[in-house]
Amino acid sequence: MEVPVLGWKDLPMAAVPFVSSKAYDTGEWAVFQPKINPDKCVKCGLCWMYCPDSVYRWDGEGIPEPDLGHCKGCGICAEECPTKAIEMVRV
Amino acid sequence: MQELKKVEQTMLALNGDEAVAWAVKQSNVDVVAAYPITPQTIIVERISEFYHNGEIDIEFIKVESEHSALSASWGASIAGARAFTATAANGLALMWEILYIVASTRAPVVMAVVNRALSAPINIHNDHSDSMGARDAGWIQIYSEDAQEAYDNTIMAFRIAEEAMFPVMVTLDGFTISHTLQNVLVLPDEVVSEFVGERKVPRIKLPMIYGEKEIPLMLNPKYPVSFGPLDLYDYYFEHKVQQNEAMKASVPIIEKVHREFAEISGRSYEPVHFIPYRTEDADVILVGLSSTMSVVKKVVDELREEGKKVGAIRLRVFRPFPAEMLRKELSKFSAVGVLDRSLSFGGEGGPVFTEVRSAMYSAQSRPPIVDFVYGLGGRELPPKLIKKAFEDVLAMKEEPETPVIKYLGVRE
Amino acid sequence: MQAVWRPDIKELARKELETRPFESGHRLCAGCGAGIIVRQILMAARKPVVWINATGCVEVATTIFPYTSWNVPWAHNAFENAAAVGSGVEAAQKKLKRAGRFADDPDVELDYDIVVLGGDGGTYDIGLQSLSGALERRHKFMYVLYDNEAYMNTGIQRSGGTPFGARTTTTPVGKVIKGKPLFKKPIMDIVVAHQIPYAATVSPAYWNDAVMKFRKGFEAEGPAFIHAFSTCPLGWGSRPEDTVKLMKLAVETCVFPLYEVINGEYRLNGPSLAIAKNPDKKKPVEEYLKLQGRFRHMFKPENKWMIEKFQEWVDKQWELLLKKAGF
Repeated sequence: MEVPVLGWKDLPMAAVPFVSSKAYDTGEWAVFQPKINPDKCVKCGLCWMYCPDSVYRWDGEGIPEPDLGHCKGCGICAEECPTKAIEMVRV
Repeated sequence: MQELKKVEQTMLALNGDEAVAWAVKQSNVDVVAAYPITPQTIIVERISEFYHNGEIDIEFIKVESEHSALSASWGASIAGARAFTATAANGLALMWEILYIVASTRAPVVMAVVNRALSAPINIHNDHSDSMGARDAGWIQIYSEDAQEAYDNTIMAFRIAEEAMFPVMVTLDGFTISHTLQNVLVLPDEVVSEFVGERKVPRIKLPMIYGEKEIPLMLNPKYPVSFGPLDLYDYYFEHKVQQNEAMKASVPIIEKVHREFAEISGRSYEPVHFIPYRTEDADVILVGLSSTMSVVKKVVDELREEGKKVGAIRLRVFRPFPAEMLRKELSKFSAVGVLDRSLSFGGEGGPVFTEVRSAMYSAQSRPPIVDFVYGLGGRELPPKLIKKAFEDVLAMKEEPETPVIKYLGVRE
Repeated sequence: MQAVWRPDIKELARKELETRPFESGHRLCAGCGAGIIVRQILMAARKPVVWINATGCVEVATTIFPYTSWNVPWAHNAFENAAAVGSGVEAAQKKLKRAGRFADDPDVELDYDIVVLGGDGGTYDIGLQSLSGALERRHKFMYVLYDNEAYMNTGIQRSGGTPFGARTTTTPVGKVIKGKPLFKKPIMDIVVAHQIPYAATVSPAYWNDAVMKFRKGFEAEGPAFIHAFSTCPLGWGSRPEDTVKLMKLAVETCVFPLYEVINGEYRLNGPSLAIAKNPDKKKPVEEYLKLQGRFRHMFKPENKWMIEKFQEWVDKQWELLLKKAGF
């Protein structure tokens, strides 16, 4: 998403932010990012639960999907995965 | 003068603090958060009585400090409520950090500041060092001459704050006004209520989040906004310029509210930003603030009796500073004295003086200007000293060389 | 009495997917514990939430202009006054609801719960006064302390929440003084002394316990206080992937026991209750300390006494807690 650079006449009053941070790509920080082995995943959702970045999209049923555009690569999900279904791979 | 609507008003014997409390009681305030400090205490005591007697429908947060008083007022304001607080001196100093935040987030909090000297040494009496120190914080500042005006200004402040989306500081002199009984004309509750209305929340557009929808600028789960973000060098400057331009744009709002108030109350403060007294044919004048100017006006009358062409200008709205209007007005005189009830340590004159003289620099005709610093820590300014000041200013007509700052009433 | 709410991870996930209350793209460090805490608080919400934030990592990292990560109403004023701001919001909400204000405005919702979030600096230290005032006045909001045990936002300076021995930039490991010579302030005791209806400790690793306690905090009739343990890889010198592991080890070693105080009654929870019943389960503090660079100096032979002192303190605190909880 293109985020415009605004001058003072166009900024909203009271310095309230005008765009969601979803438009900011923190995936660039990552050196490693998770890759899920669907055969090993038991859909427990712990990767989703422990992600500090709300990166995993999970509907509670299928295999959680990490949004790599925002994943910083901390590796908590891989570390906490009870079946070791997540591998951190170099980006 | 325009035809003024006649409204039955009640004459009450109130001191300045009580007058402010009455204004708060009548102005559909939702939340009061305040902490006691002399000489503001009577304001919180009276509001407490109204509250404990069920005469005012507010949430009253009896906070543990002035810092929290203003912080809670801010929380209430951005949550969509009309918020009021009051303080003085050290209490205002403790709020310092939050003064700027309230202003920069455009929260229309109204605060009565009962002017008192700042410590140290600790002193509970009147001067303007507290609110003058806060002059750059982004608040509209209106200085009151007496209890009646403290009442009127407080009522008007709610309208001004919410229409301009700036916090407003209404000041009254500690003890001189705050603790002195005066006859105050109090408007009927319903008239004030109708005049101020209920708190309204402005709407803004955040197109990248809500498209073209105009959303209320408040804490609201229907349309969440984030108040108080981190701003870096890429946007801070723009936000500050926007704030400054918006404060300048509050001038017509301040004027409009005063005119509408005059219609209901019969009390006109024209021309709003400052009030000239016997200046039409005056040669020299004194410019100053608040209750001192009542005495200055008496002295003007006396000197006029003696045939001296003197006058006075009482500044009311110090922020936004009426530079252009004042420049036009002051150019007419051959010399000007400024009365400053606070000091700017190491600066060239007190805050009113530096502001006035700076405004005059670009005038076609620049009268010599001198600063009289007076009344610090509640020191009285008797008429004979005011006369002396006028004489000094009159002498400047002939002999402009003079010290820039003179102290009135200090022992050497 | 309503049925006790039990979090179901699938439902929590669906709700988050639908509402995305805390959006990605914030700039908390990789592996930051606070990001997990924020999400778990929002998972526990029973109605819309208004969020008040003290200055700190969460504040600066989530609202770097022009961006915001918050899809809930959010406000930050300053460092030391989050509880005072929360007081004002709660008072406004009460009054506006009572007066029926905005009732006919479909664009405004006034029925919400209030969260106030502060770090250890903003709670143990600079914000303690405003917190105490707000608790005394019984404002109904949930105050969450995310405790990463130092001023991480300003670059790892010690706070009243920094544990004994820890290296920070203001308690360096010097030739004479090695790390912080003082112990952690007993913030829970201070808060509980205000006799509020609900106080609890949470470790996000025990997500079920944590989310349930956040829910209880929302439901409390009056102020609630939650002390949440928050690993900071940057400040602790721990591996980002060990964040949740450390959150577990702190509980298993009784460095950070899990308990709640309901109207003055102490109750141990989960693993802490298990340790109370079976003390053999209590792990030595070394297991927790050794994964963190901030305690590395304590493992040198000449500094071993520091680990012993740390252990003694933990044991003493744990005994005190056991007594309070009736063990």
